[in-house]
Amino acid sequence: MGVAVLLKQVPDTTAKISITGSRVDESAIAKWSISPYDEYALESGIALKESGANELVAITCGPQRASKCLTEAAAVGADRLIHIVADADFMDSCTVQSILSSAIERSECEIVLCGKQAADTNSGSTGPGVASLLGFSCVGSVTEVSMDGGNISATRLGATGLEKIEVSGPCLFTFDKGEVELRRPNVRGIMMAKKKPIESISIEELGLEIGSPRASLQSHSSPPEKPPGQKFEGAGSIEIVVGKLRDEANVI
Amino acid sequence: MDIVIISEASNESLHPVTAQMVGAASSLGGSICVICPGGFGSLEAAKITGVSKVISVEGDCFDSYDCMAWSGAIVPFIDGDIVLTSSSAIGREISSAIAAKKGFPVVQDITSLNDGISVTRSIFSGKAIEEVRVSLPCALSVRANTFQPADGGGSAEISTVNVSQEVSVAVKEALAKAGERLDVAEADIVISGGRGMGDPSNFSHLYEVADKIGAAVGASRAAVDTWGEIPHSMQVGQTGKTVTPSLYIAVGISGAIQHLAGMRSSKYILAINKDPEAPIFGVADYGIVATWEESIPALKEHLSAIMSD
Repeated sequence: MGVAVLLKQVPDTTAKISITGSRVDESAIAKWSISPYDEYALESGIALKESGANELVAITCGPQRASKCLTEAAAVGADRLIHIVADADFMDSCTVQSILSSAIERSECEIVLCGKQAADTNSGSTGPGVASLLGFSCVGSVTEVSMDGGNISATRLGATGLEKIEVSGPCLFTFDKGEVELRRPNVRGIMMAKKKPIESISIEELGLEIGSPRASLQSHSSPPEKPPGQKFEGAGSIEIVVGKLRDEANVI
Repeated sequence: MDIVIISEASNESLHPVTAQMVGAASSLGGSICVICPGGFGSLEAAKITGVSKVISVEGDCFDSYDCMAWSGAIVPFIDGDIVLTSSSAIGREISSAIAAKKGFPVVQDITSLNDGISVTRSIFSGKAIEEVRVSLPCALSVRANTFQPADGGGSAEISTVNVSQEVSVAVKEALAKAGERLDVAEADIVISGGRGMGDPSNFSHLYEVADKIGAAVGASRAAVDTWGEIPHSMQVGQTGKTVTPSLYIAVGISGAIQHLAGMRSSKYILAINKDPEAPIFGVADYGIVATWEESIPALKEHLSAIMSD
């Protein structure tokens, strides 16, 4: 059984986001990384391969720079790398999901792993949407997936706490941050990954016709600046501040 | 305009975000139909002013959560221009699955909804805001505590439908119960500790303050990464939860950019830190330069005095 992991390249979470001309200024972003929750999906993909899955396929959709996250995935154990090249600075959910589900069909994988949401858009639409288009089951917010023969089980954070679930048939899992330690590539892995070919595919080559966008970006803006706050020295000021919380802010 | 709201349940009754969704929908005008998955909260939903119809969708498939079974059971009853859910984990999954099944675009976690349809939402966990124009029909999920709730006093008709839907996700075992405590994403007051607390056992002092004022206890990423005792579910910030309480109290948190992203939209922020240069003071409405050891007992004492007034 093949396992596909969906990776999104996003500005590193330590990056400062600045706005120029009502758009996020991408040229000011010094470091791009694999979206943090996707890293947990990738880690689980490697573990599934170690426990018997026969192939780990890493898939990304994005501009040329996004191929770097595929090479990073290869360095820790991904076998096949698929890059759907798309340059648009904003894609609606319908477009993203049809591109990714078409790429997954091409990979012939029946287990799909991705982060529960991306660190840039913070949406969480992709996993359940792609699963719906593929007709797969979907289990969200998992921290671990394991395979025993044909049985797939997972640990998920449900409404009433952590629970162990079993799922039948093809399935997509979205990952939350778990206890698991992410492995770092070794030198040999990095060298091998540099030589690994990337299947670079355009949207046209996937045979998709993308219609007019159903959602479009109007503007980016910075969050409203707060006026400077009031500062006090020492724990003796707690009584004054508690009074202000009640009388000025009316929050307690 | 016809708007369909998928209600949010909490402990088998209606979550307050449902009335907030009705409030958001009412501003657009048109009919409002509320669908209650599993039937939870349908009686309460019928009493929200502005609701014209409630559909209680019931069946065995709602016994435990399976995204595809739930969304598959709901889809046949969706007849409208806009589908609203809450932006909880389940709400987002359901809106996204329904949108994909119906061929609608979906926009998650909106904080405003205007004619057009134009919505705003925060991106990069609050480091920026985006405005998106969406064509109809569409699915949207709504951030809790950002829209005025509709009042009670309505009396919509409830129709009950029984559905059967194949379930492919089976719960085998409950591993750990969710904390009895309030979740940071839900609470109106949050008190969070950072690595400045020195030791995870010192979080007990934060819990004592929290119990006095009905607050949830959160933590910085540094605290979660350093101490296994502090679970990720408590983490506030870019790789944790984004919170917007009325009052956020940060204790021993320096204010890394990822943490600020997750809490800066709180209505009021009180920061307690011994380092006067800590970046957290840059977003605080009230800053106190002091150690937690001196501050927390005083905070407990004065909050107790106020609460017993």
